[in-house]
Amino acid sequence: MAMLNFEKKYRVRGGTLLGGDLFDFWVGPFYVGFFGVTTLFFSFLGTAMILWGASQGPTWNLWQISIAPPDLSYGLRFAPLMEGGLWQLITVCAIGAFVSWMLREVEICRKLGMGFHVPAAFAVAILAYVTLVVVRPVLMGAWGHGFPYGIFSHLDWVSNVGYQYLHFHYNPAHMIAVSFFFTTTLALSLHGALVLSSTNPAPGHTVRTPEHEDTFFRDIIGYSVGTLGIHRLGLFLALASVLFSALCIVISGPFWSRGWPEWWGWWLNMPIWK
Amino acid sequence: MAEYQNIFTVVQATGPVQHGVELGHGNSPRSGKPFLIHLFGRLGNAQIGPIYLGGLGLASLLCGLFAFNIIGMNMLASVDWNPIQFVRQLFWLALEPPAPAYGLSIPPMNQGGWFLLTGFFFTASVLLWWARVYRRATELGMGTHVAWAFAAAIWLMMVLGLFRPILMGSWSEAVPYGIFPHLDWTAAFSLRYGNLFYNPFHALSIVFLYGSALLFAMHGATILAVTKYGGEREIEQIVDRGTASERAALFWRWTMGFNATMESIHRWAWWFAVLCPLTGGIGILLTGTVVDNWYLWAVKHGVAPAYPAVFPAVVDPALMTGVKP
Repeated sequence: MAMLNFEKKYRVRGGTLLGGDLFDFWVGPFYVGFFGVTTLFFSFLGTAMILWGASQGPTWNLWQISIAPPDLSYGLRFAPLMEGGLWQLITVCAIGAFVSWMLREVEICRKLGMGFHVPAAFAVAILAYVTLVVVRPVLMGAWGHGFPYGIFSHLDWVSNVGYQYLHFHYNPAHMIAVSFFFTTTLALSLHGALVLSSTNPAPGHTVRTPEHEDTFFRDIIGYSVGTLGIHRLGLFLALASVLFSALCIVISGPFWSRGWPEWWGWWLNMPIWK
Repeated sequence: MAEYQNIFTVVQATGPVQHGVELGHGNSPRSGKPFLIHLFGRLGNAQIGPIYLGGLGLASLLCGLFAFNIIGMNMLASVDWNPIQFVRQLFWLALEPPAPAYGLSIPPMNQGGWFLLTGFFFTASVLLWWARVYRRATELGMGTHVAWAFAAAIWLMMVLGLFRPILMGSWSEAVPYGIFPHLDWTAAFSLRYGNLFYNPFHALSIVFLYGSALLFAMHGATILAVTKYGGEREIEQIVDRGTASERAALFWRWTMGFNATMESIHRWAWWFAVLCPLTGGIGILLTGTVVDNWYLWAVKHGVAPAYPAVFPAVVDPALMTGVKP
């Protein structure tokens, strides 16, 4: 159950970054490692604090539970636990858990003799989270600029912060980020569909080959990026979505504090139109 | 420690260009002489072309060209045929749908008629392209998964431009053509119906949008990480599992206790990508037809808290002035 039939020969010692052989073992399907222990520590602590915060809050409604950051008046200082201090500690735990998880991925990559693309990609996601809850609040001078931890409360935050800049769709980095998100989804559907259409061919045909895949895409749009290229393209598109998302929020406030529609004035007022 | 990480192709092997798998009887010849671009080869295949044009492709391109030109000419007309102002104001220019007073009738050309004509050609172009995608797959003996994924996107497009306007009884509900104008439409739409963030299908759609980015990052990165074992040869790995698949699977099993297979990851990918426009289309179709205010809907169903009223009550101006569609 815990092991796939080919798994045993891959479960070898080594590849750890810290802790030597001490934590080099599996629990069920999970690899533990030193960073598995730290992941568990931060996750338990963070989740426990969310639960405790919820118990002190007005509701147990899953949609409405929210752990809010400190009031803006606390600036970049520590706040009392029930006044946003919990949010600060939970943020520390979240970053600790995410980074531990990433380093655990590095150890698993080393153990399996794989490249480090997955932890590198995950680092970009962590960077986006840190941009939201650390970099931008620090640049703005108050932890209160972080987003609240709750299902609908974080949507309210997105909505409210968006309207602070009048119309967030006019944020050029946001425009690029959304375009990348849509393109990623398009590319993912095309890649998933292409592989499935080769391995699940039309009735009466044997499994198709990469030559068929290339031919199909060249027939349709005149170019096929190929079996290797599509994975580079997909990874690039996904990471670009995340990077531009981080960029679009970090420039809102620290570098542009007025409405985003107004930002486009430079284009309308360029001297070449005269 | 220094190890080769597969980021881009360092050494490019160039051979004869590929002309593609032979097509059966009844197909047109392919167009264009294939050629290589070195920079493309750094990322993926270096070869450009050939392309299959065919009747469906030609008809689709013609319809698309009509739609594109009608939009452009209308925008150009709106700046009094001044090419400099056309470039300057391009992002602000629009081809707007008819006014609400026209309902579902056909308005004069300059009052939204051009908009409807564009919609006709654009839809025709997309549907013809769908048929082309379907035909190219079957002619190569492949499954039709690409076409059906494309159909999900067409569903969202037709909800926005056809089904919902018909249910609302007015073409004015359709999305304008234009860069900023369609963003304005999106913002106004959300505000009019009580913030789309409270629309559960909008939430699902975003989950699948972000989920698709997550999946492609995970999948792309995993495959690149096992390319030294031939992981990018996915079809081969699906029919005859090799060490690349085994390592890729074990990576995720050891990381999160669960793994896909080389085939099933592409099913996850297909469904995540397809469900994004599918659920999004449902969310749009329900807005204004079944649900008038998503915030109040969310409060009613115990999803959103009832926030204290900080502004005096506002009556919808559309109801006050008695405007009829």
